[in-house]
Amino acid sequence: MSQTAQFRARAETEASRLPALLARAEHLAGTVLLGEHGRRRPGMGDDFWQYRPVQPGDELRMIDWRRSARADTQYLRQREWQIAQSVTIWVDGAASMRFASSDNVPQKADRARLLALAVAILLNRAGERTGLAGTDVPPRRGEAQIERLALALSRESDDDYGAPEIRGMLSHGRALFLSDFLGEIDAVRDALTKAADRGVRGVVYQVLDPAEENFPYRGRTIFESVGGTLAHETLKASELRERYLDRLAQRKDELTHLCATTGWLFATHHTSQTAQSALLWLYNAFDGGHGR
Amino acid sequence: MILGPLGFAAPWLLLTLVALPILWLILRAVPPAPIRRRFPGVALLLGLRDDDSVTDRTPWWLLLLRMLAVAAVIIGLAGPVLNPQSEEQGVTRDPLLVVLDNSWASARDWPAQAELLEGLLAEAGRAARSVAVLRLTDPQPLVFQTADAWRSRLTGLAPVAWEPSPQDMEEARLVLDETRLETRWFSDGLARAGRDALLDALSELGPVTVHESAVPLTALNPPEIAEGNISLKAQRVITGSGREITIEAHGRDPAGTMTVLASLPLRFEPDSPQAEAQLSLPAELRARVTRFEIAGQRHAGAVSLTDDSLKRREIALIAGREDREGLELLSPLHYLRQALDPTADLLSGSLSDVLPANPDVVVLADVATLSASEQAQLLDWTERGGMLLRFAGPRLAASDVSRAQEDPLMPVRLRAGGRTVGGAMSWGEPKALAPFAEESPFFGLELSSDVTVSAQVMAQPDPTLAQRVIAQLTDGTPLVTRKRIGAGQIVLFHVTANAEWSSLPLSGLFVQMLERLAVSSSIALPDLDELIGTTWQPVQVLNGFGTLEDAGTLPGVDGARFVQDRIGADLRPGLYEGPDRRIALNVLTAESRLEPVSWPATTSVVGLERAEETPLGGWLLAAALILLMADIIASLALSGRLLAARAALTVLAALLLFNPQPATAQQDDTIGTDNAKALLAASEVVLAHVLTGDRSVDDAAHAGMLGLGETLFFRTSVEPAEPVGVNLETDELSVYPFLYWPITPNQPIPSDDAYLRLNDYLRTGGMILFDTRDANVSGFGASSANGRKLQQLAAPLDVPPLEPIPPDHVLTRTFYLLQDFPGRHTGRSVWVEAAPPDAEQVEGMPFRNLNDNVTPVVIGGNDWASAWAIDEQGNPLFPVGRGFAGERQRELSFRFGVNLVMHILTGNYKSDQVHVPALLDRLGQ
Repeated sequence: MSQTAQFRARAETEASRLPALLARAEHLAGTVLLGEHGRRRPGMGDDFWQYRPVQPGDELRMIDWRRSARADTQYLRQREWQIAQSVTIWVDGAASMRFASSDNVPQKADRARLLALAVAILLNRAGERTGLAGTDVPPRRGEAQIERLALALSRESDDDYGAPEIRGMLSHGRALFLSDFLGEIDAVRDALTKAADRGVRGVVYQVLDPAEENFPYRGRTIFESVGGTLAHETLKASELRERYLDRLAQRKDELTHLCATTGWLFATHHTSQTAQSALLWLYNAFDGGHGR
Repeated sequence: MILGPLGFAAPWLLLTLVALPILWLILRAVPPAPIRRRFPGVALLLGLRDDDSVTDRTPWWLLLLRMLAVAAVIIGLAGPVLNPQSEEQGVTRDPLLVVLDNSWASARDWPAQAELLEGLLAEAGRAARSVAVLRLTDPQPLVFQTADAWRSRLTGLAPVAWEPSPQDMEEARLVLDETRLETRWFSDGLARAGRDALLDALSELGPVTVHESAVPLTALNPPEIAEGNISLKAQRVITGSGREITIEAHGRDPAGTMTVLASLPLRFEPDSPQAEAQLSLPAELRARVTRFEIAGQRHAGAVSLTDDSLKRREIALIAGREDREGLELLSPLHYLRQALDPTADLLSGSLSDVLPANPDVVVLADVATLSASEQAQLLDWTERGGMLLRFAGPRLAASDVSRAQEDPLMPVRLRAGGRTVGGAMSWGEPKALAPFAEESPFFGLELSSDVTVSAQVMAQPDPTLAQRVIAQLTDGTPLVTRKRIGAGQIVLFHVTANAEWSSLPLSGLFVQMLERLAVSSSIALPDLDELIGTTWQPVQVLNGFGTLEDAGTLPGVDGARFVQDRIGADLRPGLYEGPDRRIALNVLTAESRLEPVSWPATTSVVGLERAEETPLGGWLLAAALILLMADIIASLALSGRLLAARAALTVLAALLLFNPQPATAQQDDTIGTDNAKALLAASEVVLAHVLTGDRSVDDAAHAGMLGLGETLFFRTSVEPAEPVGVNLETDELSVYPFLYWPITPNQPIPSDDAYLRLNDYLRTGGMILFDTRDANVSGFGASSANGRKLQQLAAPLDVPPLEPIPPDHVLTRTFYLLQDFPGRHTGRSVWVEAAPPDAEQVEGMPFRNLNDNVTPVVIGGNDWASAWAIDEQGNPLFPVGRGFAGERQRELSFRFGVNLVMHILTGNYKSDQVHVPALLDRLGQ
């Protein structure tokens, strides 16, 4: 089989997964919208938003004279917030994400992708531009962008652990990093500080498997990374639990600290939890950003 | 300590069994098999170390396995013995006296006796009793020593070929003193004077137990000639039911190898102590027989040596005239025939016909002239040891033979015509014989007065005449003259062989004279009168087991003792050589009968059997090893490494499978593989070793040949192929330049056929390196088990005289310059073919001009193969010496190997250097 043919076959299998992901993401996004009406706010934009009485401090040139002529008081004409934010999403596609400790929980990559796409859909509906870190999918709006995102998100990398990508990130934009952050912390620190330098703020969202949080192992074990490059043998795994959990907590602390210094938000999600709560949190996190 | 049927040599060691529970705690831990898990969090785990090694518990059954193994080791080392020998009277601490009859009759049961004796000594050693051994054939004052000291001397106690004499029994009784003893008497089952007295003396000192085999003893009387057949008579001790034995006649076949020439079944009738049968053999075959032997009986009494008495001499009778028809009594040969026929085989025919048959004696009766070629042949035959017996007669008297000068075939010159006395036409009385002079071979023969001589040929007076006369008439004229030429002799009777000229042929004296001249041979032992004053030199003597040994330096024996004395230490059975004949002295005489001993009813007589004492230590240790092996497998399985081990095992098995196995291959297609083997060996240089049947020795030899081959390959232009093991019985030897023959004490003796081919191999340039592998601990072949085996193995081989390797032997310089020939040991003496006695060192030459060919054997004990042995990777298999010195020794042993192969392949090439100055001299011109 020629190389192009192979490529096409792979692309088709990848594409076949897309509608499902899209549908699930749409569905997820729908559930959020039902419970949380849009917090529309006045701001810079083209569309009319409301008239409001002039308050001290308002500039005169902002007075809508036509409306004011019909009444005794002066009104201002406010427009809806129309400066589109660009949200850059980075989803870790490394091997470590393709891990599920049991059949009952989805793979971390699966959950991360789903969340990313759902957030993208929501943001799209909110009129934001979403794109992926890197140069492949620059931030855009529209349904077609969702399609592109879905396609791009299904790509996987062979590395064991991924590092956040900050290329293609627009200055003063927003960003969402989805990963387990079990790899090198230095790469994360670099990315975050660089992003903060550019004025980018966003959310660091850690997706973990429950096994990674609980370390339920015992006995003589050889632990291997999913990619197979790292291995660690222990004669008594249960002995390691405390120290592992310490290290994990330490890692989370570091991330929290990093986010605090750079003005980002940090949260941890476990694949055993529902995706909705995660999405809700994420949406709020971005929405909160709007308000500020 | 005794526990039921079990005894322990070191019971205190069992105390360590208490330590087992502690071991239980120590041995509990074994790491379980690891589980492989995918876990992204491993990045966080990196660098974390396990706290301690205490991990999961070892399964109880594995612990039990190990406990059992350790317990088996402890109990095994404690020296458990099943059925330990401690009989009721064994509790006594009295010294133990072992009395050995030690006669030839004991030799048959000697292996069983030795085993029993060893057991007794071991038991006495455990009980710390001192032991003395009294051999009745050689009674010595009792020496009480530890049992171990005696055990090491067991081999020296082997039975002898004679019986204790009454004097010996008496002496044995006298060496006893008053100390209390427990006596074990190893009896040979034969009645003997003095036995009862000795038994009484021993019984006074303590309990006596007699060990005696219940198997009846058979022995062979010397063969006798009866009516032309050989009469064989065998005796047995215990009468009873009928029994059949087989007598074998051993001798050399025409090729010169010892073989069984004939065998004769002999049947003992029920209740008859002896059996007799006749063996009819052709004279040719009968002359070859050297010994008769009862098949399957290994003692001196079962062997009967033969001497000249069995041999019939071949005598060619040739007369000058055979033309007197009908006058038989006047035939010149008639009386000779009558005299010789009972004891000799007579040949008749023309001289040229009978001479190729190589008769012992040629009788020429009144033959005067011979053709030149006949004369030359006859002279040649005589010089090679023939005896020419001539009789005078009218023809001789009338001829000119030996008249003017002495004929080479006549002892004296003759006067023309001869003389006639006392006849009708002459004066005087017929002459009688004068008494024989002392130096005459006829000395001592009785003269009978009725022998008269009426005519004779006269000898010409001559300076040499006096010493050639061996019988003369009363008037001093010679009657019989003799001359020796070469190894033979010519005897002339100056009378006719018939009664024409004298009455001598009619008398008994004539027969005796012929006997004395060894024309005919007597059957029986010479009379006492004849033996008195003669000295007989032992040539070969029998040992107790019926094997002939070289007499070595044994002194000569007075002939009279053959008749008067019993055999004993100074009159051993064997072959004795006298002035002109050999006498065989056998253990049994023709009159000997075997009388069974009758012990008094109070004496306990037991057999040679003995409840087998089974040391269990080895088995227990083996069981411990097996348990440990099982433990290895179980541990591997538990820790999940069994898979890898199984893979390694599979590879190993596959390798073994592909390894060519000559033994199994041979069974399939012997001819094909043999041919292939020979073909391979013929097309390459192949080092070969003799298969001994001992697997470890064979493997070591093979590895040694491999190592030597590798060394040769790297260092020299000799590039040997894979070495082979050679089965002497089946393999073709001529294709191997060299055989390495390691000696093991229990390798089988090759068959006669194999020896035939071995001798061919040695004669045609092959070489055998004998290696006793015992470092010559006791000197060359003296007394080590391997040394004795080597002597047995090499006895039938055609080996030239040997000498320790001289410093200028070509082996010292065929490739390397060597003076030592170490192997794994550094024994000094390595033996090679002796240099010719006339080899002399020429002035200015570094070495003598020695043998012109390869020495056919090299004999040593340095275990070279072990020093040469390497494994598949080329690593040495056995340690040699210590450290660098050891490696140096290994290197020297390799050099010896290289020199040896070079010597085999190039012969005395390096010896040719002795000619170098001469060659240079010529070239320089």
